[in-house]
Amino acid sequence: MMFAPAPFLLKDVSVNQVMTQVCLALIPGIAAYAWLVGPAILAQLVIASLAALLAEALMLRIQGKPQAMFLADGSAIVTAWLIALTFPPLAPWWLVVTGTFFAIVVAKHLYGGLGQNPFNPAMIAFAVCIVAFPALMSQWPGIGLQAGLIEQINVILGFAPRLDALSGATPLDALKTALKLGEGQVDVAHLLANQDIFGTFAGRGWEWVAAGYLLGGLWLWQRKIISWHVPLAFIGALTLISGGLWLYQPTQFASPLFHLFSGGAMLGAFFIATDPVSGCTTPRGKLIFGAGAGLLAYIIRVFGGYPDGVAFAILLMNLCAPVIDLLTQPPIFGMKDKA
Amino acid sequence: MLMNLFKFKGGVKPPTNKTQSVGLPIAQAPLPSRLIVPLHQSIGGTPRPVVQAGDTVLKGQLIGEADGWISAAVHAPTSGTVVAVAMHVQPHPSGLDALCVVIEPDGKDQWIAREPLDYKTLKPEEVRERLQQAGVVGLGGAVFPTHGKLTPAKTVPMDELVINGAECEPFITCDDLLMRERAEEVVRGIGIFRDLLQPKKVLIGIEDNKPEAAAAMRAAIAALNESFLVIQVPTLYPAGGAKQLIRVLTGKEVPASKRSTDLGVQCFNVATAYTAWRAIAHGEPVVSRIVTLSGNVDQPRNYEVLIGTPMGELLKLAQPHPDTDGIVMGGPMMGFLVPNAEVPVVKATNCLIAHCDRLFPPKAPEMPCIRCGSCATVCPHELQPFEMYWFSRAKNFGKTQEYHIFDCIECGCCSFVCPSRIPLVQYFRFAKSEIWAREREKNAADGAKARFEFKQLRDEREKAEKAEKLAKAAAAQAAKKAAEAAAAAAADADEAAAPADVAPSAPVDAEKAAKMATIQAAIERAKAQREAAQPKNTEALSAQQQRDIAEIEARRTVLEPTTPEVVVPAGDNSQKTE
Ligand code: SF4
Ligand code: SF4
Repeated sequence: MMFAPAPFLLKDVSVNQVMTQVCLALIPGIAAYAWLVGPAILAQLVIASLAALLAEALMLRIQGKPQAMFLADGSAIVTAWLIALTFPPLAPWWLVVTGTFFAIVVAKHLYGGLGQNPFNPAMIAFAVCIVAFPALMSQWPGIGLQAGLIEQINVILGFAPRLDALSGATPLDALKTALKLGEGQVDVAHLLANQDIFGTFAGRGWEWVAAGYLLGGLWLWQRKIISWHVPLAFIGALTLISGGLWLYQPTQFASPLFHLFSGGAMLGAFFIATDPVSGCTTPRGKLIFGAGAGLLAYIIRVFGGYPDGVAFAILLMNLCAPVIDLLTQPPIFGMKDKA
Repeated sequence: MLMNLFKFKGGVKPPTNKTQSVGLPIAQAPLPSRLIVPLHQSIGGTPRPVVQAGDTVLKGQLIGEADGWISAAVHAPTSGTVVAVAMHVQPHPSGLDALCVVIEPDGKDQWIAREPLDYKTLKPEEVRERLQQAGVVGLGGAVFPTHGKLTPAKTVPMDELVINGAECEPFITCDDLLMRERAEEVVRGIGIFRDLLQPKKVLIGIEDNKPEAAAAMRAAIAALNESFLVIQVPTLYPAGGAKQLIRVLTGKEVPASKRSTDLGVQCFNVATAYTAWRAIAHGEPVVSRIVTLSGNVDQPRNYEVLIGTPMGELLKLAQPHPDTDGIVMGGPMMGFLVPNAEVPVVKATNCLIAHCDRLFPPKAPEMPCIRCGSCATVCPHELQPFEMYWFSRAKNFGKTQEYHIFDCIECGCCSFVCPSRIPLVQYFRFAKSEIWAREREKNAADGAKARFEFKQLRDEREKAEKAEKLAKAAAAQAAKKAAEAAAAAAADADEAAAPADVAPSAPVDAEKAAKMATIQAAIERAKAQREAAQPKNTEALSAQQQRDIAEIEARRTVLEPTTPEVVVPAGDNSQKTE
């Protein structure tokens, strides 16, 4: 250790570059979101980013860690964006800020900072806020909301009264509630065809947002930032269970397509469950992790108490990740024939 | 030629930087002003110097004699005078000194009498011996004595002889040029190995970025009418690692716990084959090798260099740029900065790279691991580097071994791709050396303990013997007295009763008395020991405490009748061992 050690050549990669690519990959989804659902999301992204950087800087200062280096790593921004994208777009600013602070201060730094958090910070923010502020967290803009960017920002900042249109729910929630109220008398196909909130195969507008995430996710995979294991297992498990129940009782269970393109499924499959820090790292572990998250997300969505189960599913799998990793260590070079 | 290639997992593609140094043919490096030839240039025992300061030597003359089977001889690289046999800093990351023979060349470069041989007329042992005497070692960098690898295993048939011409490290081109220019001698050298090992196949692996070398080798094989296969393997670092090349060519994976011969494969570098041929067919011991000079220099090129040439002097031939701030020996992936420019070229020196920050930018500060898994993806040994890193850092070395740290070949792929810029290999080297150090310490401690216990036992026995001798003398004395007393007898019947009882059994009693004396001596000793071992914190005590202690002691004395018995068997044992 007297001299700079080998290798002397290093690949041109950095944590910052990895995080930047994750952010870039989110852009198709964000664009669809802003275009089809409302531009407020842009304001939320900014609010969350600022809050995250502030929280990060504070925590780094308190711990005496080098601020410039860690602020530039981009990990706080990724967390912030995931929070903004999973919270209702017209949520008041302080809700997003609270969630972000909780994510960065508690879920990240109190567990040791970058690379040490056992849970995905953004999902912790979501879980904490949906438990603490259930009403605010389930107010999604109703369809046909005709408010412009300024109006929407005024709502977020509390300058304008919260609109009636905000009392809506997500398509997942709408379907679930309708099915529950219908007590077996209403069928899924009928609901989807006759309610405004639903589009071609999932929530109106949201299906394109999900498609945007899918696109970005595939790009990340192509760039080798993520491997195929987690998204494929997540989507596979979600498709299998939703498909099975749908075939069994198509009137009461929505199709796999509906589930894949609703709520946080695509975002979760490509951007959240793939978080390496809180997820699994062995190939088989990733498959188990992804499949478990997909399965749990469906169960919570359809049978549980929350409209979308992706956040809780991923947090639950975070909990199991270390054990899964331990039990799925791949055999090393030259030791494969030994069972 | 159809041949199924296998893949090894992982690997990286650093920029190869090879074209710079292949433009010109191999040149002969001029005689340096001094040659510093380390005696220890191969794995195994350090050769013993057989020359002294003041001796004159000829080129190729033995200067260091192989020490044991795994060791190889060392020779004078040129003719001249031995000016010293002294410690000199080595081209090793540790920067430690080692014994070297320093030779001042006389400029004549005069050879010893060389004796060419036809190895086919020699017995296999003679060939191996000859190679050891000629100092032939693995020139790929591992410098394992070649003769040691040339004995076929008796139990496992030798399937493949793999010849390594892959040369996967960036910058290095010495094997490439060797194959291009001296293919015939390389092939003849391979022929020696083949005849000794009798493999079913001979496979020569060359990375596919060296088509000229492959063509030259194929031509030589055809000309010599051999049946060796030249196989172009994909250019992927570390395809030239012996284990990776074996994997690619044969599909066999050699784990750290096994030798390749256990799987019926053996692997040699092309340069090793070349020197083996020179040694046998020309009687030339290994006194030079081909070295690539590259990096931050004006004239990158390959040179035939005498072993012992100071690196700084050699590098001047390539005209290093003024901002050169160090010399890397080996490639940029596994090489290291040498301690200074005075260190000599050794048999393991395949390449010298002039280092500068422009070429190898200083590393960005280390960030925490984000478990991105890139390191595991590129690890050719399919390890989990980030786990080993975590446990090395935590100094939990047991865990690093559970994650197979000793299977790590330190190829550097993991460090190369880590986005957090963690010098993973460095952590692994640290962990390995700690584990070794602890192992050594433990062995040393165990040895010391065994020695100590043995010494104690011996002392004990000697004391017992002494006591016994004394006791025997005393008993004899007593018996004599008793006999006298018996003779004087009967004056007082009451008093005489006891001696009278004793007298008839005098010899038996002497024995018993001896034993008693031994026991007594042992008790005395134990008591003395106990007293010596008495804790010193009992000195300033209150009267009450002292009373308590006295009481306890009294009780203990009553309850402690076993002490002598513990010692007596030891005395008995020592008698038995005699
Ligand atoms: S490449 Fe670096 S950051 Fe990624 S898992 Fe390995 S050690 Fe951690
Ligand atoms: S240095 Fe060791 S751990 Fe890293 S890639 Fe090479 S073999 Fe794997």
